[in-house]
Amino acid sequence: MSYGSFVIQRDLSFTIAPAEIFVVMGGSGSGKSTLLNHMVGLLAPAKGDVLYDGESFWHAAGEERDRLRRRLGVAYQAGALWSSMTLAENVALPLETFTALPRGQIQEIVSLKLALVGLAGFEEFYPSEISGGMLKRAGVARAMALDPDILFFDEPSAGLDPVTSRRLDDLILDLRASLGATMVVVTHELPSIFAIADRAVFLDAESRTMIALGNPKKLRDESPEAKVRAFLTRGEASAGGATT
Amino acid sequence: MVSAEHPWTLHVVRPTSDVARVELTGAWRKQDRVPDTSEVWHDLQTGPVQRLTFDTSRVTEWDSSLVTFARKVLEEAKTRGIEGDRAGLPEGAQRLLHLAEAVPPRQTGSARSKSSWLANLGVWATAKWDETVAGLDFLGEGILALVALLRRRARFRIADLLTVIQDCGPRALGIVSLISFLIGLILGFVGAVQLEQFGASIYVANLVAVAMTREIGCIMTAIVMAGRTGAAFAAQLGTMTTNQEIDALSTMGISPMEFLVLPRMLALILMMPLLTIYADLVGILGGAVVGVGMLGLGPTEYYEQTRDAVSLTSFFIGVSKSVVFGVLVALVGCLRGMQSGRSAAAVGLAATSAVVTSIVFIIVVDGIFAVILNVLHL
Repeated sequence: MSYGSFVIQRDLSFTIAPAEIFVVMGGSGSGKSTLLNHMVGLLAPAKGDVLYDGESFWHAAGEERDRLRRRLGVAYQAGALWSSMTLAENVALPLETFTALPRGQIQEIVSLKLALVGLAGFEEFYPSEISGGMLKRAGVARAMALDPDILFFDEPSAGLDPVTSRRLDDLILDLRASLGATMVVVTHELPSIFAIADRAVFLDAESRTMIALGNPKKLRDESPEAKVRAFLTRGEASAGGATT
Repeated sequence: MVSAEHPWTLHVVRPTSDVARVELTGAWRKQDRVPDTSEVWHDLQTGPVQRLTFDTSRVTEWDSSLVTFARKVLEEAKTRGIEGDRAGLPEGAQRLLHLAEAVPPRQTGSARSKSSWLANLGVWATAKWDETVAGLDFLGEGILALVALLRRRARFRIADLLTVIQDCGPRALGIVSLISFLIGLILGFVGAVQLEQFGASIYVANLVAVAMTREIGCIMTAIVMAGRTGAAFAAQLGTMTTNQEIDALSTMGISPMEFLVLPRMLALILMMPLLTIYADLVGILGGAVVGVGMLGLGPTEYYEQTRDAVSLTSFFIGVSKSVVFGVLVALVGCLRGMQSGRSAAAVGLAATSAVVTSIVFIIVVDGIFAVILNVLHL
């Protein structure tokens, strides 16, 4: 992973199991979002590949790659909703573009997706008319529009109050339980990491590679890397105040 | 039976007289055009039903379309006073239904009711009035900022001023050259065709010179600057509004009017007259190309005729108007940017509105100038 000649991360290799909640964690500037961009197909890695069920994403030809893209849903940090469209139109657009469903059925699916994220009744609102937390949830509803196999979340709890953030974590867990979808979450919010992650990878900005992979609670207690333990205990472990 | 047309089936059976069971089999996916719920009720017309259950044990695949189908059936059952039992649905679908119902629909008043034309007219008139007041307010603040500048109390960065000057001065030379040259050429050509009939070809020089210095030079420059710089101001300030950068200035006690609008206004006040003089010269050159090239006039003859035609008054009228147009383009661009909503679409709208408003005002103000100058016999 690099921007020009500046290498951000190298030698990254991990597998995400189906229906797993996998967290990408690391300090600011460690390349978490860049890794996400590689995985969701926004940015080609300098070297290497991303495989979905063994199928190469970055070596796939145009149509094949588009088919793989439709298996992914991405919920962006600030929602990234199209501001000129209502919430319902935002969720409906992928359905209108990629399915041949009649209008009535699209509206029913839109209404279901918005209800799933607790936004029933807000169909006709524009993104500028709702709060930050609602924007994020609407972004999740749009990401789920096509029933993707894999849902990516970029910093889902950043900028949210603890209660809203907790609700979003619960939503991720509920969606995994009911949809059976794989979730990849980029975050550095510790409560979220412990609440949702089955496994996590830790990207280190200094050594420019991954230095830990596993269950975050185990990593916190048993990782041989002091940096990882410090990250997962907010540095309190190194000061002698280890949490268990 | 699963038909060749679709991979799913839907049957309604009556295990007992008061129970209806909706039996679903096969694949229920979005791409397979799942049936309408009316088919369920069509099969249930035979007698009163107390309870409605599902049997999905033979469903092989499902996605949102099964959940939306079941949700609609359950809703319709409720309105008919029938008890819906969802236990027979796939476990994941039950969880999704539960999740969708966890937060009840908010009564948001989102149904935007249609108002009468009179009410719409009222809303429109009020909005226009507010807009006018806001515009006058902004103009007043702009003048106060200029006064603050003269009293050396205005706070802005010289680096910003120089950047804006660079952007709206030297960088605009290319487009101003092209437009003015072509306008001079067109004026010369139109004049040549008419004046040649009277053997008065030499007066093409007068026509081009007077028109360029008094009217066309400053108007065309102002219109180019409205499209180029005014739109850029609106987009810049609109994006700053979206990112709360203007709020950040205000909360720090820095006047956005002095910090953002004043440098832009100053830059255009300084650059517009220079660009206008340049446009006058290039336009006259365009006319000369027609005069010398097409009408066979001598270059010296054309030059002398132009010099006699252009009075100092015409020249200064053009330059003075350009200063007013500069202030206008800067103020309208900044006003629209600062009034912009906080979305990408709103920023685009602000830029469009800045260009349209500026051009309208340029023409209107030019008309006012024409009347005043006529009264003053200038």
